[in-house]
Amino acid sequence: MSEASLIGLLAATVSFGALLYLAALGEMVSEKAGILNLGVEGMMAMGAVSGFMAALEFGNPWLALLIAVLTGAAVALVHGWFTVVLGAEQVVSGLSLTILGIGMAAYLGKNAVGRPPGAVLAPVDWPVLSDIRWLGPVLFRQSPIVYMAVAVGVVAWLVLSRTRIGLALRAAGESASTADAAGHSVVGLRLGAVAVGGGLAGASGAYLTLSITPQWAEGITAGRGWIAVALVIFGAWRPGRVALGALLFGGTLALKTRLQTFGVDFSPILLSMLPYLLTIGVLVAISIRSRNRPSPAPAALGIAYRREER
Amino acid sequence: MTGAGVLTTGPAVELLGIWKRFPGVVANAGAHLRVERGSIHAVLGENGAGKSTLMNVLAGVYRPDEGEVWVEGAAHRFRTPADALAAGIGMVHQEFRLVPSFTVAENVVLGAAGRLLRRQAIEDEVAALADRFGLATQPDRPVWQLSMGERQRVEILKALWRDARILILDEPTAVLTPAEADELGAVLRRMADAGRSVIFISHKLHEVTGFCDEATVLRRGETVAASLPVAETGAAELASLMVGASPVTTGRPPPHPPGEPLLEVTGLSAVGDRGLTAVDAVDLTVRAGEIVGIAGVAGNGQRELCQVITGLRPSTGGRVSLAGVDLTRASPRTRFRAGLGYIPEDRLGVGLAPRLSVVDNAMLRTYAEHRRGPLLVADRAAAHCAELVERFSVRTGSLDDPIAGLSGGNLQRLLVGRELSEHPRVVVAAQPTRGLDVQGVKFIQDLLIAERGAGVAVLLISEDLDELLTLADRLLVMHDGRIVGEFDPNTAARREIGEAMVGHVRASGDGPSRPDPAGEGP
Ligand SMILES: Nc1ncnc2c1ncn2[C@@H]1O[C@H](COP(=O)(O)OP(=O)(O)O)[C@@H](O)[C@H]1O
Ligand SMILES: [Mg+2]
Repeated sequence: MSEASLIGLLAATVSFGALLYLAALGEMVSEKAGILNLGVEGMMAMGAVSGFMAALEFGNPWLALLIAVLTGAAVALVHGWFTVVLGAEQVVSGLSLTILGIGMAAYLGKNAVGRPPGAVLAPVDWPVLSDIRWLGPVLFRQSPIVYMAVAVGVVAWLVLSRTRIGLALRAAGESASTADAAGHSVVGLRLGAVAVGGGLAGASGAYLTLSITPQWAEGITAGRGWIAVALVIFGAWRPGRVALGALLFGGTLALKTRLQTFGVDFSPILLSMLPYLLTIGVLVAISIRSRNRPSPAPAALGIAYRREER
Repeated sequence: MTGAGVLTTGPAVELLGIWKRFPGVVANAGAHLRVERGSIHAVLGENGAGKSTLMNVLAGVYRPDEGEVWVEGAAHRFRTPADALAAGIGMVHQEFRLVPSFTVAENVVLGAAGRLLRRQAIEDEVAALADRFGLATQPDRPVWQLSMGERQRVEILKALWRDARILILDEPTAVLTPAEADELGAVLRRMADAGRSVIFISHKLHEVTGFCDEATVLRRGETVAASLPVAETGAAELASLMVGASPVTTGRPPPHPPGEPLLEVTGLSAVGDRGLTAVDAVDLTVRAGEIVGIAGVAGNGQRELCQVITGLRPSTGGRVSLAGVDLTRASPRTRFRAGLGYIPEDRLGVGLAPRLSVVDNAMLRTYAEHRRGPLLVADRAAAHCAELVERFSVRTGSLDDPIAGLSGGNLQRLLVGRELSEHPRVVVAAQPTRGLDVQGVKFIQDLLIAERGAGVAVLLISEDLDELLTLADRLLVMHDGRIVGEFDPNTAARREIGEAMVGHVRASGDGPSRPDPAGEGP
């Protein structure tokens, strides 16, 4: 294996890692507030298509990214309306969102298939740093979205663990009646978290069509939204661990397309299963460990809250 | 809106004509309440009288259908708990509002923290607050590790942290030992002396007479007596106000010699939810035609003991047998088939499936009898259910509606009926009359007495000492997972039983108190 192809692999690992991390962070924020959103794949698809089409329309990649974020948030709020406001079953609503999002993205993007991108978020070359051997090409010649993902991760961690609103948001996910009795708006907190989750999934989708493979094709998200959902569990709802998991799972995505070039005789299908197998392993570990202590999953995850109901 | 310091006269709280209806129940029917400033005001009433509902109205959790809420001289229409908090009302709910995975300090500051949280700083502040009010606590411990008494102090700290001028405590002593309850009384008195008003919900009369100034009594959602001066009224009158005009009581069952031992438990141990020993080497025997009562302060292993006997919790040692058959490792189903009936404490949850229909719930234990091949025969199941409903006077709407719509008393009638109609040889009854109205209590108690007469062995776990003293042939006291004493309900003094309940066991002198379990039976 040549040095160049190994560097390529590592750079792709970081890039795919960031893609997964954005979506997983969003899902984590939503779940921390108690709302399971299985619509990540659909929100990603909507972000991907809206970002690509906005780039075609306006020619500005940053504006395109912003539109993708807003689209993701708007789609997520559909889920929010059903689950938070109306108290509908979260799994059903989330799955519908996935199907709806993928279908709608395909419909909206019909005319964009095969067209060259209107704008791309080109990799930035960090002065000095990008010339470091190994590290430079792997870490410092990435798309700006990668650095944004890192920043968002740090911000999410800070907000969740060090601020009043983060504490309130976690309380809404652990025990909504407690957050309510303490004077917080459970509906507001949960809707906000769901919208943030959708925005980040939208950004993740736009990263695909504005940077990784700057074009639109139906099914471009290729199940990565589901990996993001698994990643939240794998990372035990902690931003740092989710980041590690994102790199690991990103590595499997990067490796999949390169197995042949490396001449490794390993089935890419088995490799795609790896994130899910690892997640199941973590689930088992979590349930063994949480026999005598609370599980790391938010205790009120998936449970609708209505104040006057017992 | 709030009488911002200007209106210093008038009561702290005034509730007028409060109505609150839930599907199928009227929880408050024109209730009223007036609480003076700087006083401790008791709200008394039986389970289901509407005390919690009324307090939730005052705390902004429930919106009343009708009625007025006045706080410190100003009318309010609370839309959310936040509104009530802003008006200076703090409530310690009957089911605690705490996040188990948060630390004590995080729970305390949850509703009112600075924008940024500095862990050490909030822990210090919470520790200082706790010191000031003499509430021992450990701000950095996660709440799930705390005992119920400690959790309650966290709840009180929450209200103090927000500087609530009006503090509502909903059945605060239900989870406390008598000593802890006395301590709480002292804390509340200090708060009242400092000018805060305290509303204290309870149905334990000696606490009300012990540290409350005035009492309001609720019955079936109505105020039947308002702001009685406790000192002049006395416990006896409060009690009769609570129960109403026609206290229907069940007489002591006639004595008769018990038969052979049916339920035998030896050296039984088990671990509780928090990973600590909850049942500690328990020995007990229940004979045919005998009711054995277990008394104790809630949380001393009674729940776990029931679960281990019925197979819902694994044991870590010891033996359970029914009529000589070892059931220690048997599944709940095998135990049921062997003749073990169970009336669980948690009716809607363990006993019944809330969203299933009345018919489905009625056949949960015996669905196998209503089948033809692999298919259920709906008619047979419905007939079985109709029979139960008839025999145990369950009042229901359609039998196909979800069972959650039934009132507490009717749920219990169906559950008890389901268990007893299968002719068990041993019945484990946990809090079988809790929360029922007087008629319901009598109905269930009479059923248990009838079972005893039919030669069934009944293990009765109850927090109601009066019930135990009336029904039980023998009374065991459980403390800290152990059986710490045995009493004869005919002769035992309540004081002695009370001492045993808090773990003060005296070597038997005058009474038949006998901590050694080896000496069971005649
Ligand atoms: N959120 C609710 N939904 C439906 N019924 C309720 C609710 N809260 C209370 N109830 C019913 O209202 C009645 C009064 O309950 P509650 O106020 O809790 O009584 P108490 O606190 O005096 O024991 C009971 O019959 C209870 O089942
Ligand atoms: Mg109550």
